[in-house]
Amino acid sequence: MSGTLKNLTLKIWRQSGPNDSGRFDTHVIDEITDEASFLEMLDILNERLVESGEDAVVFDHDCREGICGTCSLMINGQAHGPERATATCQLHMRKFSSGDTIVIEPWRASAFPIVRDLMVDRSAFDRIVESGGFITAATGGAPDANLTPIPKPVADAAMDAAQCIGCGACVAACPNGAANLFTGAKVTHLNLLPQGQAERYQRVENMVETMDDHFGSCTNHGECEAACPKEISIDVIALMNADYRKAKTINRKSLSRA
Amino acid sequence: MSMTLDRPTLDSKTPEGPLADKWDNFKANERLVNPANKRKFKVIVVGTGLAGASAAATLAELGYQVDAFTFHDSPRRAHSIAAQGGINAAKNYRGDGDSVHRLFYDTIKGGDFRSRESNVHRLAQVSVNIIDQMVAQGVPFAREYGGMLDNRSFGGAQVSRTFYARGQTGQQLLLGAYQQLARQIGIGNVRLFNRTELVDVVNIDGRCAGIVVRDLMTGEVSSHSAHAVVLATGGYGNVFFLSTNAMACNVTAAWRAHRRGALFANPCYTQIHPTCIPQSDDFQSKLTLMSESLRNDGRVWVPKMAGDSRAPQDIPESDRDYYLERLYPSFGNLAPRDISSRAAKRAIDSGQGVGPKQNGVYLDFADAIGRLGRNVVAERYGNLFDMYERITGENPYETPMRIYPASHYTMGGLWVDYELMTTIPGLYAAGEANFSDHGANRLGASALMQGLADGYFVLPYTISNYLSQWLNKSIPDTSHPEFARVEAEARDRYHRLASIGGTRSPDYFHRELGKIIWDYCGMERTEAGLDKALSEIPALYEEFSKDLRVTGGEDGLNQTLEKAGRVEDFFELGMLMCRDALEREESCGGHFRAEHQTEDGEALRDDENFAHVSAWEWTGDAKQPTLHKEPLAYEEVGFQTRSYK
Ligand SMILES: Cc1cc2nc3c(=O)[nH]c(=O)nc-3n(C[C@H](O)[C@H](O)[C@H](O)COP(=O)(O)OP(=O)(O)OC[C@H]3O[C@@H](n4cnc5c(N)ncnc54)[C@H](O)[C@@H]3O)c2cc1C
Ligand code: SF4
Ligand code: FES
Repeated sequence: MSGTLKNLTLKIWRQSGPNDSGRFDTHVIDEITDEASFLEMLDILNERLVESGEDAVVFDHDCREGICGTCSLMINGQAHGPERATATCQLHMRKFSSGDTIVIEPWRASAFPIVRDLMVDRSAFDRIVESGGFITAATGGAPDANLTPIPKPVADAAMDAAQCIGCGACVAACPNGAANLFTGAKVTHLNLLPQGQAERYQRVENMVETMDDHFGSCTNHGECEAACPKEISIDVIALMNADYRKAKTINRKSLSRA
Repeated sequence: MSMTLDRPTLDSKTPEGPLADKWDNFKANERLVNPANKRKFKVIVVGTGLAGASAAATLAELGYQVDAFTFHDSPRRAHSIAAQGGINAAKNYRGDGDSVHRLFYDTIKGGDFRSRESNVHRLAQVSVNIIDQMVAQGVPFAREYGGMLDNRSFGGAQVSRTFYARGQTGQQLLLGAYQQLARQIGIGNVRLFNRTELVDVVNIDGRCAGIVVRDLMTGEVSSHSAHAVVLATGGYGNVFFLSTNAMACNVTAAWRAHRRGALFANPCYTQIHPTCIPQSDDFQSKLTLMSESLRNDGRVWVPKMAGDSRAPQDIPESDRDYYLERLYPSFGNLAPRDISSRAAKRAIDSGQGVGPKQNGVYLDFADAIGRLGRNVVAERYGNLFDMYERITGENPYETPMRIYPASHYTMGGLWVDYELMTTIPGLYAAGEANFSDHGANRLGASALMQGLADGYFVLPYTISNYLSQWLNKSIPDTSHPEFARVEAEARDRYHRLASIGGTRSPDYFHRELGKIIWDYCGMERTEAGLDKALSEIPALYEEFSKDLRVTGGEDGLNQTLEKAGRVEDFFELGMLMCRDALEREESCGGHFRAEHQTEDGEALRDDENFAHVSAWEWTGDAKQPTLHKEPLAYEEVGFQTRSYK
C-alpha cells in the first residue's frame, strides 16, 4: 500500500543552450507519495517553479508508458534510473527512500547535443534509419500477407529486436558514446525477416557507416544492454557485425559486376 | 479577392452506385495527375503519426513534393506508438465467418448508427490491403507455429480479426510507417520539419493556401504555402486533462483550422475506455491504459456487497458479481467500450468499487491462469502485466488488476467529405483528427486501421481529384500579405500568453478545465450538468486570461508557453463539446444523456430527430457556434437497436 517519501533533495542539471557550460540547481521536495511517478515529481516541481516566477526545468517526455522513447534522464548516474528494464517515465517513487539525494542529468554523448537543461537532440538516430533502416515496399501492390509464412521463432526474434524505442540510453550508458545496440536492433529486426533479404547487405553497410559518422565505436563494454529499457540483447550487435563483414565482400562483388 | 470562405455546405460527395461499388466508381471517375506532373505539386502533411506518416510517405512515393511537420523530435514518437492491442482487418484468415461486409456492419453497429455508411464500407474494403502493406514492410506481427499470421478477438466483434504484435501493435505499425517515411526523407522526396508546431491555417481566395508554424526550438513563427494541406494531428482526448493520451496530444491544429472555417463534427462523441489503471492521487498527470485485449482472458467483477473491504482472494465466488457476463451474456467481458465503461461506473457509483480509493473494478486472470497456465498468459500479456506492476506495485498474476474507465479516444473531429476534405477546399483531415468512420463509438483495434486506411489508401487517391485543377496555374506563395497577417496574429497571441503575468501555471488551468469536462461531459451527461459546465468554463477562462503565468519568455524553447497555447484551445473546444452534448438530446454510443435511457439503463437513441452528423461552424464567439446537419441514411443495413445481450 502507498506511503509517503519525505525530504528529497534533487540536484538537477540546468543549461540554457548548447554553448552554455551548465550547472546543478538544488530543489527540495518536502513530501511526495510513493505512488507518484518520477516524472510526476518533476511536473509538480515545475508547476511550483512557474508559479513562483522561475523557468520550468526542460525535459523530454510524451507517452509516459515506456513506449515512445522520448523520456531520457540520467538518474544518479544511471540511464533511466535504478529499475531494470524500465524507462524513466515508468519509474515510480517507491524505488526511492526518504532523505535521498537524487542527481538528474541529461544524456551525455557527443552525438546528442544538449538543447536545454535535460533535453538533448537525438536526430542522429533518424539519420541512421534514413540511410537504410527500412524495407523498400512502396504503397500498393504488396502480395497477400500470408503468402510468405514466417516461422514463429524468426518472427519472435525479429520482434525482440524491433522493440527498441529509440531512447538513446544505450548511447548515454556507453563510455564511447556508441550506437551499436540501437543500430544493431534495427538491422537485426529487418535482416531476420524474409521481406528484408533483398536489401540485407546494402542496408547494413549504409546504416553502419552512417552510425560511424555520428557515434563513437563499440569496444564491447556491454553497458548498453544493462541500460536498455527494452532489454535488447547485445547479440544484435554480433549479427550486425557479421552481416557488415559479409556486406563488404558481397556489395563489392555486385558493384564490380555492374 | 476574398480571404474568407463561402458559407460552408455539407456535401458528403458520396459517389453513386451500390454501396459495395462506390469506392471503385470513385476511382474510375476521379481526375488524376499524371506521374510527370506530380512533382509540380507541393503537399503539406501536418502530423507524422500513423495517418500522417503513411500519407506523407505514399504521396512522396507517388512523386508529389511533400513537406511534413511534427512537434515531436522525430516522427517515431507520435502518440500512435502507444497503441497496444491490435489492428482489425477483414482478412478472414480464421475462416470464422468474417468478411468485408461483417467488418462494415460491426463498425456501423459499434458506432451506434451515427457514422457515414459509404466511408465505413470503404474502410472495411481497404482494411485487407493494410495488413499486406505492413507485412511487406517488415512489421513483425504475431505468428502461429505454422508461420501464418495470428489473430485475436476484440470488443464488439464475434470473429477474430485483430492482428497484433505482442502488446505493442501501434509501436510496430508506426515504426513501419516511420521507416517508409524515413526512406523518403533520406532520398530527399520529403522535407521534415520536426519540433515545429502548426499554429494557424491560411486561406486565400476560398482555398487553403498554407500554414503558419512555430519553431519550438527558437520560437520563430513562419509560413509555408502548398497546393494542399493534410492535417493528421490526432485526437483531443487530453481536453479531460487526465487521459490515456500521450502528454503532448492536443487539439490546436484542428481547432485553428476550425477557427478559419473548417466545421467541427460531433465534438461530444468521446470514448471512455473501460480498462485503465485507476487514478491513485490528485496530483496525477496521466492515466495508463491496460489493453482491451486483456478482456479476452480476464474476467471483470466487483463484490456483490457495497463497501466489501475483504481482499479479492477472500471473496468467495458467491459474493462476486461478474456483471458483464451477467448483463451481456453473448458478448460477456468483450462487450463494447461504451457499454463496459458505463457498467463499471454504475458498479462504482453504487459503492461496489474496489481498491484504496474504491474507484476500480477487478479484472481477474485467476481462471485464465488455471485454464491456460501461467506461461501462456505471460506470453499473451506479459508486458502489460509488468507495466501494471511497475505502476501499482501489485502483481496481477497473484491479485486481480484494478481498472477504471478513462478518456481515451475522440470520435469527433474535423468534418470531412468522402474524399477526406474539410469544408475548407484543399484542407484535408486524416486519422483521429477527422470525424469520419466511428460514429458515436469506436470499436477496439479500429483506429489504427482507420489511420492507415486514410493515409495509405484513401488520401493518395482522393487528393489528385482536387489537385488536378491547379495544374500549371499559379498559387499564392508566402509573400502574399495574408500570410504576414496570420503570422502577426500568431506572434501577438504568444506574446499575449507570455505576458499575462498572473500566478497560475497552464497545468493548473488544464487540470481545472479537465475536471469540469469530466464531471459534466464525461461518461454521463445531463442538461443541468451541461448548462453548469457552459457557465463554469467561460468563468475559468476569464481567470485564465487574467491569472495565467508563463515564465521563460517568448523567444526560444519554452514548454510552458507551448502548453499555454494548447490549453487555451482546449477551453474553446470544451465549450463546443458541452454545447454539442446539450444539443444532442438522445443517448448514442459514447454520448450518454441520463435523460434518455431505457428501463435497464441502456442508451436510448432517437433516430427520428438525431440521425445526423452535427457539424459546428465557428462564428467568432465561442458561445455562439452555428450548427449544420448532415443527415445520415442507411441504405444497406437499416437502423437497428444496438444490443449486445
Ligand atoms: C493508450 C492507447 C492505446 C491505443 N490502442 C489502440 C489499439 O490497440 N488499436 C487501435 O486501433 N487504436 C488504439 N488506440 C487509438 C490510436 O492509437 C490512435 O487513435 C491513433 O494512433 C491516432 O493516430 P493519428 O495518426 O491520427 O494521430 P497521432 O498518432 O496522435 O499523431 C499525431 C501527429 O500529429 C502531430 N501534431 C499534432 N498537432 C500538431 C501541430 N499543431 N503541429 C505539428 N504537429 C502536430 C504530432 O506530432 C503527431 O506526429 C490507442 C490509443 C491510446 C491512447
Ligand atoms: S537499444 Fe535500448 S537503450 Fe538503445 S535506443 Fe533502443 S531501447 Fe533505447
Ligand atoms: S515518455 Fe514515452 S517512453 Fe518515457
